[in-house]
Amino acid sequence: MTLAQEINGRLRKAPAWPIYIVFTLPGLWWFYLGATGGLGAEPIKALEHAYGKFALQLLIAGLLVTPLRAYAGVNLLKFRRAIGLMAFFYVLAHLLVWLVLDVQAIDRIWADIVKRPYITVGMMGFALLLPLAVTSNDRVIRRMGGMAWRKLHRLVYPAVILGGLHYVMLVKGWQLEPLIYLAAILTILAVRIRWKQRFLPA
Amino acid sequence: MAGRWKNDLNWSDVTPRAEFLNRRQLLAGVGALAVGGIAGPALAKIDAVKTNYGRGLEPNSYEDITSYCNFYEFGTGKDDPSRNAGRMKTMPWSVRIDGLVDKPGNYGIEDIVHGVTMEERIYRFRCVEAWSMVVPWVGFELADLLNRVGVQPSAKYVAFETLLRPSEMPGVGSRVLEWPYREGLRIDEAMNPLTLMATGIYGEELPNQNGAPLRLVVPWKYGFKSIKSIVRITLTDKQPPTSWNMANAREYGFYSNVNPEVDHPRWSQATERRIGGGLFSAREDTLMFNGYGDEVAGLYAGMDLRKNF
Repeated sequence: MTLAQEINGRLRKAPAWPIYIVFTLPGLWWFYLGATGGLGAEPIKALEHAYGKFALQLLIAGLLVTPLRAYAGVNLLKFRRAIGLMAFFYVLAHLLVWLVLDVQAIDRIWADIVKRPYITVGMMGFALLLPLAVTSNDRVIRRMGGMAWRKLHRLVYPAVILGGLHYVMLVKGWQLEPLIYLAAILTILAVRIRWKQRFLPA
Repeated sequence: MAGRWKNDLNWSDVTPRAEFLNRRQLLAGVGALAVGGIAGPALAKIDAVKTNYGRGLEPNSYEDITSYCNFYEFGTGKDDPSRNAGRMKTMPWSVRIDGLVDKPGNYGIEDIVHGVTMEERIYRFRCVEAWSMVVPWVGFELADLLNRVGVQPSAKYVAFETLLRPSEMPGVGSRVLEWPYREGLRIDEAMNPLTLMATGIYGEELPNQNGAPLRLVVPWKYGFKSIKSIVRITLTDKQPPTSWNMANAREYGFYSNVNPEVDHPRWSQATERRIGGGLFSAREDTLMFNGYGDEVAGLYAGMDLRKNF
């Protein structure tokens, strides 16, 4: 038995619901740290960045599910919805920390969204994720039909690119870490495009 | 010349010495236990003239000031400098003073601080990233040093350079800025009584992450103008290149005076977050010239501050 088959075998019976619990824990822990002085002298930015970065990591993890199956034979498809929804919840938490704890005023929030390109880009990414989160349940998939649903969910590609761009744009100067995230995102998407060209009829 | 500037912040609000010394001992204990180079607390105490003027603004804690820093030579994270700056050797230290001066040369740090009047000054510190602190600096006026070396009449600007020593600075491998870090002031800004050469905070020598052994403090400008760990001061007749302006001239001007009406292209400068207020702290309005308009607004009379940002 290959490693991939063994992993697939072990995961066959594993339910997806623990992902919601396990991935919620770091968010609660960071909030607790922030409220009790554990995130340094400026906990608001620290919490905002922690949520945003974890959201980006989860989005990337969700994008890896298909290439993992195609190239390594590891099938994590049944966990993808949980990963995607948790990514969305962390984007939402990131946004709420920004709105409620950081900017704190409605007029400033709107001014920032229209005036600051990195915030415009981030909000666009969030707007694209919103319909995906709402349609991530069996009932809606049945009603929409598989084809339409898959088409809609391709919005995750522009959304994750916007997320990576948002990170690159918000730092001072050309910093390495956000560029690595953006490069990883673009590489994974490029691999998917090549995979599709190779294996799917045009 | 000491005593030209009157503080409007209150010394009575400074954390009592015994209290912060206790915290320092705690810090030292943590430092001794930790593996690897943690920037340890400076131990030498500086004799400084205290000033008693002012209404109250409360200085930030020693921990806030020394743990939340921008010093990209040691990494771009706010906690990188406090973790990495301990490697920087600040003994011996000399500053090359050259350009349009009567007595150019390499001046040892002991020589530079010899005979100057050290003062303790509580200044607001406003970062371009829209956060702020209040810091009880110890230092002397830059004008004292410049007068001592003799500024020639043709000098119009002062240029500063930070130490560049890659073996002790893990951040300079990254090209986030062009090294060495450079800053500059117009000569009248440099001679203003507010402009300080700081050697300490809270009555003790600067920790490395805060720019030991000698840094500039220009309280009415964004923090990045207050260049750290200075090794060179050059008097010149041309506006010198400055690091953030070189990196992105659209976002960081030569003057970089604190101005709530001129936004950074990517964020508003109208408000700021005072560090130390925790997860639920409110934003505060940013003050024109960071609250030092009475002292410095005249320097910019007739200038368009939107153009000369």
